Amino acid sequence: MDILSNLLLGFQTAGTLFNLGYCLIGVFLGTLIGVLPGLGPVATIAMLLPATFGLPPVSALIMLSGIYYGAQYGGSTTAILINLPGESSSVITALDGYAMARNGRAGVALATAAIGSFFAGTVSTLLLALAAPPLAQVALKFGPPEYFSLMVLGLSASVVLAHGSLLRAFGMIVFGLLLGVVGTDANSAVQRFTFDIPELADGIGFVTVAMGMFGVGEIIRNLENESDRSVFVSKVTNLMPNREDWRRIVGPILRGTALGSALGILPGGGAMLSSFAAYSVEKKISRRPSEFGKGAIEGVAAPESANNAGAQTSFIPMLTLGIPSNPVMALMIGALIIHGIQPGPAVMTQQPALFWGIIASMWIGNFFLILLNLPLVGMWAKMLTIPYHILFPGIMVFCAIGVFSLNNTSFDVYLMAVFGLLGYVFAKLKCEPAPMLLGFILGPMMEENLRRSLTLSRGDPLVFVKSPISLTMLIIALLALLMVLLPSFRKTREDAFVEED
Amino acid sequence: MRLSIRNPADFWSGLLFVAVASTFLWIARNYEFGSPLRMGPSFFPVVLSIALAAIGLVALLRSFTVAGDKIGGFAVKGLLLVTLGSLLFGALIERAGIIIAVSTITLVSAYASVKFTWKQGLIMAAVLSAFCALVFVYGLGVPMPMFGSWFVD
Repeated sequence: MDILSNLLLGFQTAGTLFNLGYCLIGVFLGTLIGVLPGLGPVATIAMLLPATFGLPPVSALIMLSGIYYGAQYGGSTTAILINLPGESSSVITALDGYAMARNGRAGVALATAAIGSFFAGTVSTLLLALAAPPLAQVALKFGPPEYFSLMVLGLSASVVLAHGSLLRAFGMIVFGLLLGVVGTDANSAVQRFTFDIPELADGIGFVTVAMGMFGVGEIIRNLENESDRSVFVSKVTNLMPNREDWRRIVGPILRGTALGSALGILPGGGAMLSSFAAYSVEKKISRRPSEFGKGAIEGVAAPESANNAGAQTSFIPMLTLGIPSNPVMALMIGALIIHGIQPGPAVMTQQPALFWGIIASMWIGNFFLILLNLPLVGMWAKMLTIPYHILFPGIMVFCAIGVFSLNNTSFDVYLMAVFGLLGYVFAKLKCEPAPMLLGFILGPMMEENLRRSLTLSRGDPLVFVKSPISLTMLIIALLALLMVLLPSFRKTREDAFVEED
Repeated sequence: MRLSIRNPADFWSGLLFVAVASTFLWIARNYEFGSPLRMGPSFFPVVLSIALAAIGLVALLRSFTVAGDKIGGFAVKGLLLVTLGSLLFGALIERAGIIIAVSTITLVSAYASVKFTWKQGLIMAAVLSAFCALVFVYGLGVPMPMFGSWFVD
């Protein structure tokens, strides 16, 4: 069996002591930032990116992936224990998780989250291993028109799945695409929109934008109303779910995993949308919908399985097509490029050890997470009591040093400050930053593929509808956008997000 | 009926989008547009700017008709101090070195919190600058001076 030998190669790569160490560091840091509020995976990965330049690419990617799914995990711990979701994807877990904790069942809620996440992680890792090779085969046949249409589809999907006003999400995408154009034009070598600043000749750094908008902007927002975090942490006793609990969580875990795996592949939504969708499904089909919000164990099992599955499968488009489905994946692409690897369908055949090593490390990482989280839950609970006003100056320092060390230039630090301001303004205007970042990373790729397509077709724009693959993708994109305009779908979309507020 | 802004979030983001689009269009007039067959440097940006301007205009128009998201107060103190702290760090890191730069950004940004006390602030600055000097300069070998060009020739 091909898949077995591939997975074996993956486990051999990820299983070296060196890589196991970086996997552990990754999930540890991920859990830490998941527990600490005001610091998300995007800002953390951006900060640590310079520190991984010296590592072999496999170890770097293993560690960065660990941070990503570790953060999902850590976020649910705080959601359950103190009703403060560390990550947006665990917002929904807080509803029933915290209610369970108030009923003295914090341990069971934590264990349920862990079991659900581990199961989902295992299934979606296998799914990734099964789905990636055929997808990469298809992707190898893609020419510029197919890539362009694929990106159009990706951006449309991220609008549909974005939170809040559609029109503004559209605006943010286009704004991101425009920012991506800044720098030297690949074709004519003309410096565009650089104001003759030499640092801008290579374009605006993605890490700088991410750190400004997600790191600094978030800090300013948190300073808006500094409320005291409740230091009351529920006591954790009796981790094991009883037989009745087991019976009740099997279905939600299976459904959550399926839903999360499917939604994770889509751009924009990923882990957060998966958890929202899984929760509403469980609430709808439950025979006891009134228990939801008051400590229903299904309300913990389903979203936790879904967000972990979604986090895992969001690697599929990145690894097979070289296209990011969310800002974290965009950073991963940045990391690969820094290590001299062009992300895309060729990675699997040219760098099999890297590709399968990352996949295998995800399963290992999920296993580490169980070990880290259940026995050490007391330590994480202690971390929760660090007040924010002690925490955020430290985050500022690490952001500034991280950005400076990218190119050893102060200009990047100034630029980070500007994007921090911009990130805060956009947050105030209820404009989602994630679609902007996707647009920003895809901007140069889209322009390049558009130019190539049109050159190949001698300037005929019909080239995008002449290729069947490209046409299909454009039709799906159009259908997705039309669907949003339907009143009934609009309502469902609003309902899906309404629980957060 | 008097014309009034019923959706401030739409109004201001619309204005912002139109402003950004106009700026890009204004700068792009210096670059060659080309044709679909040979896209010039300004082809893609101009198309995008027009789209962004259109989105901004729709948002502006809609803000007068459909009620929606309010904006709420700005955290002016936090906004100014956090930005100032980053700018000072950028200005100081090569001239004064990591210890002074880290202490400055720590104190300036920490001052934005309502819970700031000088004692805590100074302890944080001391701990963070010592940690960063040890880990980043000695440990990871990031090329940042311990003391910058102001102190060393």
